[in-house]
Amino acid sequence: MSVEWYIVLSALLFAIGALGILLRRSPIVILLCLELMLNAGNLALIAFSRMVGNEEGQVFALVVMVVAACEVVVGLGLIVAIFRRRLPLDVDELRELRG
Amino acid sequence: MEEVLFFLAAIGTLGGAIGVVAMRNPFYGVLALVIHLFSLAVLFLLLTAAFLAAAQVVVYAGAIVVLYVFVAAYVGGDTESAWEPIPGQRFLASLLGIALFVELAIAVLASALRALGTDGPDVAAGFGDPAAIGSLLLEKFLIPFEASSILLMLAAVGAVVLASRRGGSAEGAGGSPERFAREAPGAPAGGQGVGAPSERFAREEPGPRGDSGTTLHRRVASEEGGPGAWPHQTP
Repeated sequence: MSVEWYIVLSALLFAIGALGILLRRSPIVILLCLELMLNAGNLALIAFSRMVGNEEGQVFALVVMVVAACEVVVGLGLIVAIFRRRLPLDVDELRELRG
Repeated sequence: MEEVLFFLAAIGTLGGAIGVVAMRNPFYGVLALVIHLFSLAVLFLLLTAAFLAAAQVVVYAGAIVVLYVFVAAYVGGDTESAWEPIPGQRFLASLLGIALFVELAIAVLASALRALGTDGPDVAAGFGDPAAIGSLLLEKFLIPFEASSILLMLAAVGAVVLASRRGGSAEGAGGSPERFAREAPGAPAGGQGVGAPSERFAREEPGPRGDSGTTLHRRVASEEGGPGAWPHQTP
């Protein structure tokens, strides 16, 4: 399979993730869609690393995985804190920070 | 064979991604993410990234998805209402998503990267295996490696602070009626929960009445903290 296929697939996955972030209002689902977008980026990085024949892109993908793990941990901690305060878990109603 | 595997895995990733976006219940969305991640690991294997495929399965399916499942179960699978805060949000979002894909596809297909249409160069047998990645991480990319370890530690500390009882319910404990409604009628007032540790342990034992239900309620009440109890409790 040529690398093009993987890149187009990654573009499709990224677009689906972005669509989910635009569409959904539950913070958990938004975090899941962020995962989709990060994974699409990972797929593109690894495909390009295969295209160049160099493993350095895979190290980048590993760092992206670390960042994704951190984002998930902090995001889920925020969700648990929001739930404990009995605030609505809906990003359209959590607008106190908006001016 | 490679084509068959690629298309099977691509269908898996796309189906999982669409499932994440389309499922109303976040719990099912997490399960769709599992399908997506496993198919993605197959794609990584096809791209001769063996170590990353293993890391994908272990880190994502083993750790992150478990975290998601716990939080989705804790928060509860409340479904979103069909109410649209911005009129035409669905239509506009779909339009923007499709536009984003078209843009990315044009950028890929019209790029000047000649090697994009090829399978990539032939690589040695050890390409992308743990030894190669490990030597890269510890020699060439040592500083990013250490920085990412610091980042992971910071995230762990931040999550503990965010989700701990003090950070999570400091203000919520003040005025929410549901929290007080859960206290049993026989439970002591929350202000007494600040007492000595021996007093707290003594109250957890079954009282002389033998009413275990009330004891449980009291234990929950004293652990969750009534008004004034929370600042003194260790998480």
